[in-house]
Amino acid sequence: MENAVGEVQNILVLGGRSEIGVAIARELLTPSTQRVTLACRRPDETRDVEASLSRDGLRVDSVIFDGADTSTHADFIDNVVATSGDLDVVILAFGLLGTQEECDDDPQAAVKIAHTNYTGAVSISLEVAKRFRQQGHGRLIILSSVAGERARKANFVYGSTKAGLDAFAQGLSDAMVGTGANVMIVRPGFVHSAMTAGMKAAPFSTTPDVVAQLTVRGLRAGKRIIWTPGILRWVFVLMRHLPVAIWRRMPEG
Amino acid sequence: MNTDFTTSRLTGWGRTSPSTASVAQVSRDNVAGLLKDPYRRGVLMRGLGRSYGDAAQNAGGVVLSLEGSAEETVLDAATGTLTAGAGASLHDLLKVIVPQGFFVPVTPGTRFVTVGGAIASDIHGKNHHVEGSFGNHVRQLTLMLADGTVHEIGPDQNPTLFWATVGGMGLTGVILEATFSLIPIETSLCTVNTIRCRNIDVLIDEMSHGDDDHRYSVAWADLLATGSRLGRSVLWRGDHTKLAELSSKEAADALKYEPKHLATVPPLIPSFGFVNKMSSTLFNELWFRKEPRRKNGGHKSIPAYFHPLDAIGSWNRVYGNGGFLQYQFALPFGREDELRQIVERIAVSKTASPLVVLKRFGDANPAPLSFPMPGWTLTVDIPTRAEGLGQLLHSLDEVVMQSGGRHYLAKDAHTTPTAIRRGYPRLDEWKQIQRSVDPGQLWQSDLARRLELI
Repeated sequence: MENAVGEVQNILVLGGRSEIGVAIARELLTPSTQRVTLACRRPDETRDVEASLSRDGLRVDSVIFDGADTSTHADFIDNVVATSGDLDVVILAFGLLGTQEECDDDPQAAVKIAHTNYTGAVSISLEVAKRFRQQGHGRLIILSSVAGERARKANFVYGSTKAGLDAFAQGLSDAMVGTGANVMIVRPGFVHSAMTAGMKAAPFSTTPDVVAQLTVRGLRAGKRIIWTPGILRWVFVLMRHLPVAIWRRMPEG
Repeated sequence: MNTDFTTSRLTGWGRTSPSTASVAQVSRDNVAGLLKDPYRRGVLMRGLGRSYGDAAQNAGGVVLSLEGSAEETVLDAATGTLTAGAGASLHDLLKVIVPQGFFVPVTPGTRFVTVGGAIASDIHGKNHHVEGSFGNHVRQLTLMLADGTVHEIGPDQNPTLFWATVGGMGLTGVILEATFSLIPIETSLCTVNTIRCRNIDVLIDEMSHGDDDHRYSVAWADLLATGSRLGRSVLWRGDHTKLAELSSKEAADALKYEPKHLATVPPLIPSFGFVNKMSSTLFNELWFRKEPRRKNGGHKSIPAYFHPLDAIGSWNRVYGNGGFLQYQFALPFGREDELRQIVERIAVSKTASPLVVLKRFGDANPAPLSFPMPGWTLTVDIPTRAEGLGQLLHSLDEVVMQSGGRHYLAKDAHTTPTAIRRGYPRLDEWKQIQRSVDPGQLWQSDLARRLELI
């Protein structure tokens, strides 16, 4: 359960190797936190993450979860609840970035990204929402991206999956009003992480730790949507309305 | 009869940690029928929702309120006892019993609590140092267990289950009715002595020596003052006024009881509320200065002395959207240094609102989960948006745990299962009794889940 100052006992990270997801979980840790469950395709690869979270009185577990394998999602949530009890915070942080060239060469690569980032996220989010309705409380954090605000030719497959996910999350957030649970949408800009290693940083780039701090602050303040860094909200007011002729010429990186 | 359930978002009085449950008002005759349905998330009774934290919430489950029925109230003036339905509030009862020359055995700072809630939380009041908590005065109660069977229990009748129910936070069954002793009074006034104390040491000394001469004693403390004025306070001690103390004109209407309602705080308050460091500092300064250094024998009415905040409806709204929590703990005698240390940490953090109470407790009762213990209890209201509040409270919890102290379940909205296990060494004994009468774990609450009570 969550206490009066927003400290939570039980955290589930969907995408247990996501640096942002784990950073948010770490930012949420307090002496009230009892359990963090890291869910990812290869749980044996999260040992270093487990070690980095470990402290007295906290149990960190890794479990198998494949965002793309939607047929397993219902059982997955049942199993997590059976072992760890009520879900206080669920962080949806899995996703594939890919590159536009890959997608252009092999449309099946694009299908895989679209399936994981959108279909998989929709599937697991609805399973989480179903559980939240039963338990009468809970918070789902969905990692969207500014890339979904306006698709850029350099990564429009990824951007479009985030656009779809963002729209879905807004609807789900509204649908959860009155259930005791809620959904928060996080729209980070360019984040320096393993996922973006070697890429040229966009303006207003940030780090997983900063995203995590702003996310937890937003969560405790009851925000519905946050941008990280916050200035991107205003940058994109502008970007959204840039003439196509200029937008199309945005850097390729 | 069909019961109408509505899906409602519930919080405690502090308006924090909301959760949603199926809520219905029931009469005592249809409670049993409702328990037969299997509920995955369990059932909980809720009174008037004056617990500050999540004690009267049951996320995803069923929350029932027992209708208060005036016909069930029977005053036996010869023995000075009252039998009342668990849904009746002290507010309802006082209107009946004060004009007949009786007062409730224990009242907290509000009269808007139910009899059931008073027993389940084993509430205490200003007379704890001489008369103990509410459970000490209960002669008998009617408890419905999870299987729908009804049992009469009391200190001499199945005492194990009785004391597990006193302070049991509603997790042993539904309290349907209770018989408890009353305090005979000659007038509806209280004679109050006031002492202003320049710091916490003076206050502790004053309470340690003079409390036992009075039935009621409680102090307000300024938890924003620091240094030599740390814990400066005002101590009010009182007794029910005797008829002989009144003039013949006053004596003509000696048992008059008219609680006043001054105002209600509207729902539209700026989200940040009205309670902040500046407003609280100003309030504390005025509140301290308005009191005489020492005054003996002023008269106050029952509402003015016992329930001053009840005159303002929904006063919990002044803290704004974030709500507030009430941190209340007890420390045993001999731990005055730790008490001072906690007072200092809170004062330095500048987070406290003006609602602060210090009380010297008397003996504990046999209930395993009853809060009062011989020692000191401090109660502090704090807006939850205060920066770094979580960390501050965890650090205070450490001091409480290391001093052999404990937290009050009816107020708690923040602490951990560890602190509760440490603070209530008889928790396992209570769990065993609880499990024996509720093997299917029908009774559930957010508090019980958060603090692993069951």
